[in-house]
Amino acid sequence: MTVATENSYLKGAKGRNTRGLLRLVILCTIAAAAVSSRLFSVIRFESIIHEFDPWFNFRATKYLVANGFYDFWDWFDDRTWHPLGRVTGGTLYPGLMVTSGAIYHALRALTLPVDIRNICVLLAPGFSGLTAFATYLFTNEMSTTPSAGLLAAIFMGIAPGYISRSVAGSYDNEAIAIFLLVFTFYLWIKAIKLGSAFWGALCALFYGYMVSAWGGYVFITNLIPLHVFVLVCMGRFSSRVYVSYCTWYALGTLASMQIPFVGFLPIRSSEHMSALGVFGLLQLIGFVEFVRSGVPSKQFQTLLRGFVFLVFSVAFGGLVLLTVSGVIAPWTGRFYSLWDTGYAKIHIPIIASVSEHQPTAWPAFFFDLNLLIWLFPAGVYLCFLKLSDEQVFVVVYSILASYFSGVMVRLMLTLTPIVCVTAAMVLSTILETYLSMKSPRSDAESVAAEAAAGKKNAASKGGLRSMRNPLVGIYTVVSKSTVVGAMTLYLLVFVLHCTWVTSNAYSSPSVVLASKLPDGSQHIIDDYREAYQWLRQNTKEDAKIMSWWDYGYQIGGMADRPTLVDNNTWNNTHIATVGKAMSSSEEVSYPIMRQHEVDYVLVVFGGLLGYSGDDINKFLWMVRIAEGIWPEEVKERDFFTPRGEYKVDHDATDTMKNSLMYKMSYYNYNGLFPPGQAQDRVRGAKLPDVGPVLNSIEEAYTSENWIIRIYKVKDLDNVGREHGAAASFERGNKKKKAAKKRGAKVLRVE
Amino acid sequence: MAGKRNARDVTPSPPINKSGTSTPTTAAPAVKTVTSKSKDANLSAQEVAVAMWDNYVKATPQRTKLIDVFMAFLVVVGVLQFVYCVIVGNYPFNAFLSGFSATVGQFVLTASLRIQTNAENKAEFESISPERAFADYVFGSLILHFFCVNFIN
Repeated sequence: MTVATENSYLKGAKGRNTRGLLRLVILCTIAAAAVSSRLFSVIRFESIIHEFDPWFNFRATKYLVANGFYDFWDWFDDRTWHPLGRVTGGTLYPGLMVTSGAIYHALRALTLPVDIRNICVLLAPGFSGLTAFATYLFTNEMSTTPSAGLLAAIFMGIAPGYISRSVAGSYDNEAIAIFLLVFTFYLWIKAIKLGSAFWGALCALFYGYMVSAWGGYVFITNLIPLHVFVLVCMGRFSSRVYVSYCTWYALGTLASMQIPFVGFLPIRSSEHMSALGVFGLLQLIGFVEFVRSGVPSKQFQTLLRGFVFLVFSVAFGGLVLLTVSGVIAPWTGRFYSLWDTGYAKIHIPIIASVSEHQPTAWPAFFFDLNLLIWLFPAGVYLCFLKLSDEQVFVVVYSILASYFSGVMVRLMLTLTPIVCVTAAMVLSTILETYLSMKSPRSDAESVAAEAAAGKKNAASKGGLRSMRNPLVGIYTVVSKSTVVGAMTLYLLVFVLHCTWVTSNAYSSPSVVLASKLPDGSQHIIDDYREAYQWLRQNTKEDAKIMSWWDYGYQIGGMADRPTLVDNNTWNNTHIATVGKAMSSSEEVSYPIMRQHEVDYVLVVFGGLLGYSGDDINKFLWMVRIAEGIWPEEVKERDFFTPRGEYKVDHDATDTMKNSLMYKMSYYNYNGLFPPGQAQDRVRGAKLPDVGPVLNSIEEAYTSENWIIRIYKVKDLDNVGREHGAAASFERGNKKKKAAKKRGAKVLRVE
Repeated sequence: MAGKRNARDVTPSPPINKSGTSTPTTAAPAVKTVTSKSKDANLSAQEVAVAMWDNYVKATPQRTKLIDVFMAFLVVVGVLQFVYCVIVGNYPFNAFLSGFSATVGQFVLTASLRIQTNAENKAEFESISPERAFADYVFGSLILHFFCVNFIN
């Protein structure tokens, strides 16, 4: 980092020692700010992994560190997706794990034995420092002013839009992916500016790294071809474009195919076809330009232009044909839902059920990017003013990323870098204009100076001339200091806002729930880990846990028990099976659970504490996903009251009351309250006096605040009765009068 | 890509294209009659090819010609692989892909080298000397071959 800084700095001519030192100090400070603003959760709580997905990454990293790279590469995980298992080596992006594994071994080689958990927790803050540096480099390529890079670096370092995905403990793919994204773009800009195959190859290498790290690499795969295509359409094709793009594509595609999860996708899927198409187009154009350079004939030019157009349209038609005929896979649902925003909700409820896949609301933009968001359009406009190759890239990137971030909350992450860059360009332009102490030349000098005169001059001399004269230059110290002061104020407020947002919104581990007691002290609700710890210690090693898929990774990571479904939602039917088991009556669910060898069922219930992210609130998604597979057996309509309300109290429908999820959530819940006053604090509903009765499963564990409830699936009845009948017998519901009447029995077949 | 290189030497395709495309697109020079124009173009297309070839043989430096021969060889290899794949089928698809993309990638890299070392393009690449271009070429080719060998299993 320091070396590169000094290199870029050494180009300066005068006073370079001071400036270089300043730049170095500023960059180091920025990196420190980026790291330290992400440590709220570690300092407040403890150094643990936060959300759901990171638990799998953490587990995979532990596996990698324990068993070595080759075992990790073909790791068949038989502790998830219970009957099926998961070919983990071929279904994950290994970049994150390999990176932290490499850091682990490097530290070990330096005789600094650090626990792998701490590396995983602190990986994202560390890489955010690198991201700030990469943004600095990227912006320096865009802008001639040296301050823009530094501004962009600090923006990128503390912008909440990026912090939200990279606080300490969020060990997710995005942690390193954003760094790689920005750095790949930097290398690409460098390559296209110089027309160098070396930078193109480096870009391809980092693209390969990016592919290994995050599924969002498709963004790069489409953005760079789009940039080149726009350049070609603007008539800016040059041999630099050819060299850089073709080097990048040839090497980058091969590099991306090395990742098993990606495999042949760059050849076969629609998301990658734009890159291939532009590659072919560039070959054509390159050839035509080559021929044209030898022949000055005008007619031949038009001829060749027609030829290029013809071949291009034929290739495009062929592509469409191949896609229609199925040789090239069409858009996957996840990507398709970006274009047709209503698609997921109708066809794939599992995509729509994730809260990150919702459209972004306006306040979210301001919340995540504060003043940057209103500097952003100005920055894009600034790029239009001086439109060279790299500015075109900024424009294309901005347009594409703003569309995507409007469609999906999660993609705010890809918007943040470009917003930081453009905002920094604007701010540095403003500051540069208003911070220069030299006054423009005075009005009394000459006509030329008069033409460049400012407002004061114009006002003194009358209206017409002021209309004619352009307003150039700022004279008074007052106006300069006002503008600079205002901008400084905005920047300070930005820092305050970022710190506040990070501290309040994005630094809470979802594993531990914190609440404030009336005296201001903190009360920690640690039910999750309590229950997972119970599972880990009190169940047998291979007891299968059935829960909704949200908790799959955490159970695998913290309780270390096999699960049926988890957050990697690759098998929709299997998830629907769990959904059906949860939403059906016991008589239906029990056979399903037996068939899948389920030992324990885990539900999350927030009724006592008012924890709204519990399973009853997610219940409708289970119903919907199950209904997608078994529309005859599970019907969403049955869970609503006749007036169409989703209720859990007296008015709840029979289907609702008999569903396994309802029974498990509210089992014995009445006993906590005085009779007739059982209250669900999430739904704000008064529960019926008689709680549900469970026949085929029994309560095994309930955590302190009743957030996690674990039930054990009963074995088959010894005498072969139905569980319902057996339980009813146990409760003494035997009919007093011995009915001598014979029941309608069927003939016993051998 | 394979066809393009050959299209320079083999002339028949341009006249066919021209008769189809030039009449609707080039409406601007309507001063000349259609027949004379097409006749002109026809002649020039043939002549142009021959003249180009002569010009190429004369004007191109020896080193660039060597590069061109190598590129032509790569095209031939690529076409052969593709034809074989079409005839026999693509069962070890990764093997076909790595072989084919090795030729394509090498072709592209060589074309880049040719562009960068071309004296006419000096203005475009002021920061890249021919030696630097060659070093870049070696770097890119090494990466390419590493990936291909890795991918072919």
